[in-house]
Amino acid sequence: MIGFIARRLVNYLFLSAIATMLGYVLVSMTLQPAARFLGKNPPVPQSSIDLALDKMGVNPNVPLLERLWDWVVQLVTTGSLGVSTRGTQVTADIIERSGTSLRLLIIGTILGAVIGVALGVWGAVRQYRASDQIITYSSFTILATPVFVIGVVLMILATSLNQAVGTNVINFTGEYTAGLQGGFWTQFGDRIMHLLLPTITLTVGAVASYSRYQRSAMLDVMSADYIRTARSKGRTRGSAIIRHGVRVALIPMSTFFAYSFGLILTGASVTENVFSWHGMGEYLLTSVSNADINAATGTILFTSILVLIAGTLSDVIYAALDPRVRV
Amino acid sequence: MALTDPTTLTVGEPETMREAPKRPQSRGRTILRKVLATKRARIGGGVLLFIILWAFVGPLLYPWSFTDQDGLAFSQPPSPSHWFGTNNIGQDVYVQTLVGLQKSLVIGLIVGPAAAIIAGLVGAIAGYVGGVWDKVIVWVIDLLLVIPGFFLLVLLSPVFKSLSWLALVVFLAIFGWMVLARVIRGQTMSLREREYVKAARFMGVPGFTIVRRHIIPNVASLLIIDATLGIGAAILSETTLSFFGFGVQAPDVSLGTLLAAGASAAVTRPWLFVFPAGILVITVLASSLLGDSLRDAIDPTSGANRD
Repeated sequence: MIGFIARRLVNYLFLSAIATMLGYVLVSMTLQPAARFLGKNPPVPQSSIDLALDKMGVNPNVPLLERLWDWVVQLVTTGSLGVSTRGTQVTADIIERSGTSLRLLIIGTILGAVIGVALGVWGAVRQYRASDQIITYSSFTILATPVFVIGVVLMILATSLNQAVGTNVINFTGEYTAGLQGGFWTQFGDRIMHLLLPTITLTVGAVASYSRYQRSAMLDVMSADYIRTARSKGRTRGSAIIRHGVRVALIPMSTFFAYSFGLILTGASVTENVFSWHGMGEYLLTSVSNADINAATGTILFTSILVLIAGTLSDVIYAALDPRVRV
Repeated sequence: MALTDPTTLTVGEPETMREAPKRPQSRGRTILRKVLATKRARIGGGVLLFIILWAFVGPLLYPWSFTDQDGLAFSQPPSPSHWFGTNNIGQDVYVQTLVGLQKSLVIGLIVGPAAAIIAGLVGAIAGYVGGVWDKVIVWVIDLLLVIPGFFLLVLLSPVFKSLSWLALVVFLAIFGWMVLARVIRGQTMSLREREYVKAARFMGVPGFTIVRRHIIPNVASLLIIDATLGIGAAILSETTLSFFGFGVQAPDVSLGTLLAAGASAAVTRPWLFVFPAGILVITVLASSLLGDSLRDAIDPTSGANRD
């Protein structure tokens, strides 16, 4: 089992490294960091443009592979991802913002997986009943709705709730109320309140897709012989389904988790932007608008590390659930 | 970002033969009958057809045009003269929505099938040729799956922003085929060991002809399903990109750009947001209902009549 996971981890590490380097090349070819110096009045002298670009290591006069090499060497030796167009260290920016993103991402992923699996099992066990139909059709509708629409609709609803009540029951702009006075618990409560709508936005989509897959995997399992065997040796229906059914049905889910993680990452970055959170999603969008090569590559590295972790995690779950891997 | 269900495709259930037809029927006809028999397929297909017709015929039957500005009605809620209300410069939201819908539909209808075709070709080649080619292709697919497609499209947006919306279509298709290609590869690898494929190979039929004649028709059902589901997926990607200003650019409009314009006023003037959003959801829902019922009718491993 350790061998299996180690093999997979090396593969992921290799993939992430290549993806990041290719990302650097891609971003260097699409973004034009020199453009913001052009057309200024008075014109910026070429020497200062070169100086500014050299400082970031993005001067287009230097061959691309040399720039990539310098970037990799700098990352490996000093851990620095370079300087952003605003003059800040990209590594520091990412550390500052990643907490915001990870909070949303981790809560959304866990809630989405747990509720999704539970609803999927429930739907499969009660196939064709009213509850199953309601779950099925609502997940179809949610999967047909873009994440940003869910976010904006929730904001409209929260605003009308606030207006109906007369006070701000649900605050949803930003990560916390700026300049709020109070002790730890006031701050904590305020952050939880701000977390409410973004978490719902991210979670409903994850729940919808996980419940569809879990239901389908569960239906495959429930007609299997070993469920009937478990029943005939005296297990109750519930116990047979939980101990023998859900466990087996979770095996394909662990693979699907790795596949779907990209969609959750996308959803999280959209959610951050809709609710004006200053996280990595916003960092990605502004890096493209600012033609900031170092910031964009930093985001790619951050993303590929998350994908690596999610992939390894799903392999660990797979190995834990499927005894065949452990042989 | 095509959503092919890996869980239902890995389980090999035998195809259930329900009744032996008296007269042999073509496979296409049998499938069509099975598809039309389900209520979801009729609803999904009917609504999708209606929406396509509506998007292209609707503006012709309406007094206001896309560029008209009604100087007497700024930011008006829905009324008999402006069915979906007007925006802050007096443009009619109904006709704007339909014109935006046209663009989104065209993008979806091109990207969905195009991504499925790429997936079919790449997957069939990887699965049939095998060896080094297979390893390379699988590795490239895994590599493309590391960074989510949306992020890659955002990073590439400076390229297609300066070109027309057709460039966006190309990029959406380029980043939408990977998951399906892996599924097709798996199917092809098992098809390759079938007797008729072996027989063709031993008779000296060239590899490309075998892929075209024996492999592609056998995985065509998966491709059709994913092309249909891909329509909705492509529309979702396009609207999300356009919402953040990285997709369709002015003067072109799509549902995404309309929603971006309407979102800031969504609380005070909900008609600017709610109508385009509702039509978007109905369109994507119709395509996924149709795709899902196609899956049940065509794909023997999906456990038909499950839903």
